[in-house]
Amino acid sequence: MTIAIPTEILRRRAAAIGEKQRALSARIPWTLIVFLVMATVPWLGSRYDTFLASQIVIDALFAVSLNLLLGTTGLVSFGHVAYFGVGAYVCGILMKTYGVPFSLAFPAAGLGAALFALISGYFCVRLIKLYFAMLTLAFSQIIWAIAYKWNDVTGGDQGLPEIPYPHLHWILSIPGCGDLSIADRFYLLTLALVAVSLAIIHRIIRSPFGRVLTTIRDNPERAAFLGVNVRLYQLAAFVIAGGFAGLAGALYGLFSRGVFADYVFWSKSAEILIMTILGGIGYFWGPPVGAAALVWLNQVITDYTQYWSFVLGAILLALLFGCPGGIVGGLDLLWQRIKRLRHA
Amino acid sequence: MSSSFLFSQFMGGLTTAMFLFLIASGLSLVFGVMRVINFAHGSFYMFGAYLAWQAVQWLHPTGGGFWLATLFAAVCVGLLGAVTERVFFRSLYGREELYQLLFTYALVLILGDAAKLLWGTDQLSVSTPPALAGSIQIFGTTQPLYTLFIIAIGPAIAFALWLLLNRTGAGRMVRAAQMDREMLDALGANVALIYTAMFSVSAFLAGLSGALVTPIQSIVPGMDVLIIVQAFIVVVIGGMGSLWGTFWGSVIYGQVLSFGILIFPGFSLFSVFALMAVILIVRPWGLFGRPL
Repeated sequence: MTIAIPTEILRRRAAAIGEKQRALSARIPWTLIVFLVMATVPWLGSRYDTFLASQIVIDALFAVSLNLLLGTTGLVSFGHVAYFGVGAYVCGILMKTYGVPFSLAFPAAGLGAALFALISGYFCVRLIKLYFAMLTLAFSQIIWAIAYKWNDVTGGDQGLPEIPYPHLHWILSIPGCGDLSIADRFYLLTLALVAVSLAIIHRIIRSPFGRVLTTIRDNPERAAFLGVNVRLYQLAAFVIAGGFAGLAGALYGLFSRGVFADYVFWSKSAEILIMTILGGIGYFWGPPVGAAALVWLNQVITDYTQYWSFVLGAILLALLFGCPGGIVGGLDLLWQRIKRLRHA
Repeated sequence: MSSSFLFSQFMGGLTTAMFLFLIASGLSLVFGVMRVINFAHGSFYMFGAYLAWQAVQWLHPTGGGFWLATLFAAVCVGLLGAVTERVFFRSLYGREELYQLLFTYALVLILGDAAKLLWGTDQLSVSTPPALAGSIQIFGTTQPLYTLFIIAIGPAIAFALWLLLNRTGAGRMVRAAQMDREMLDALGANVALIYTAMFSVSAFLAGLSGALVTPIQSIVPGMDVLIIVQAFIVVVIGGMGSLWGTFWGSVIYGQVLSFGILIFPGFSLFSVFALMAVILIVRPWGLFGRPL
């Protein structure tokens, strides 16, 4: 029914997920620790570190939203950047052209992207396999064509530069935050919003609804046989993923101080797919790890050479032929092996 | 709106169409036999263009030698395709489609930067071969001979491919591989060789179209990712894996693009993407294709 996903990885993971996950996370609250460490960046790191951290956090949300389709539901979307772009443009246009405050423009971006995901998803989920991937690609190119050509609204090929930052003066009144720059304040807000979004997505995946999505991924025929409306569930996942991608887009537009048609070009969808797979699609924390790895690598490598695409392609080749489970998948495999050695 | 204006729009659309057909035919061929969407097809096209430019520089720096350069570029890209299939693609056939898609995308990234490394980022151009440099008057419009040549070569390639697939022993093997690879394998046919050959022919066509486009368009980095989406649209409209579907798909694409400008000025791109979306929604397997 759906495009074939590396199911052997996902199944192996699903078998082991239960008690191990609970036992580990019950002892050490890893998620909280990572969040707190990330929150210290404006104080301990340089301005440049804050810049990188912002990018990682936003990409992490984008990649996790894609993985809700890819890893959880088993849908290969080749046009996920469309919803990211719709979110970025909705937020950018509302804030720049109409002077709407961020607190309204941000949820509006998520709703706008979700609405577009509802419309395009209604058609996409009726198709299977490669055709689903192609139609998502087609919709993303429609968004690109609109962004590129509709000068009056989107700014056309000039884009929408200089979107006003939200001032966030209230953060200054928090003790210890008095001397934070506007970029630092926006980073902290981004981190908080992304953390909340990730928590919500996590809850969705672990809910009965999320379990049904996983069943659909593994065996859509059986799911349909059990009385599940497969298309409706796929559409719901598509809309949720689109909405969160829109939120990531809104944050990205503000972070990079502008929204441009380039953001929506189809190759960006491929980049976010690479990010997700690099981290590992069988794991909730795979995509954020992939985002961190790719953003960091990009910075390191572009210092030495301008041929970043070449390196990215080589990484992708190594991943496809050497380690299809991604970074987290590879570490998991290593960990299992060590455990087995210890028991033996 | 005068009739000569409409005629020149029509001819413009037809030129676009036949160019796209040259590119998309190879994409459709590979999809039909291997069920793989090859994103790197655009990169093969770009390499064809760069190699043709390079060969022209070697042969006659002042211009000329175009036909030899075109042949050279197409053959080189055909070989590149064969090597790619043998070395990498082979081990991905049993794997999920996602991995195959991403593999071809990895090639796009690598070949794109390789072209920048080899030929730099400046715009390059090749002059029109002298024999076709002129133009003639038709219905009060001026038509360059070179575009008429392109319009003629599209159907010629289509016919040649049709002959190859339907009237030769090799073509029969290809059609059999398309229907049931395992059965053909069990019957003792060399399916691996058929796949390599098909991939190579497809790359050859991409290289050929890349070389032929050089007198009309300048060669720039990024031409690979721009063309591949257009070629996809053509293949999707016509029906993936169907030769005549791809042909008529390109004709429709060209005309929609050409006349779309009249209906939505500045939005012609939008009209072709919308056309693709509508066709995928109504008839996902395309106008001439069969359901997967």
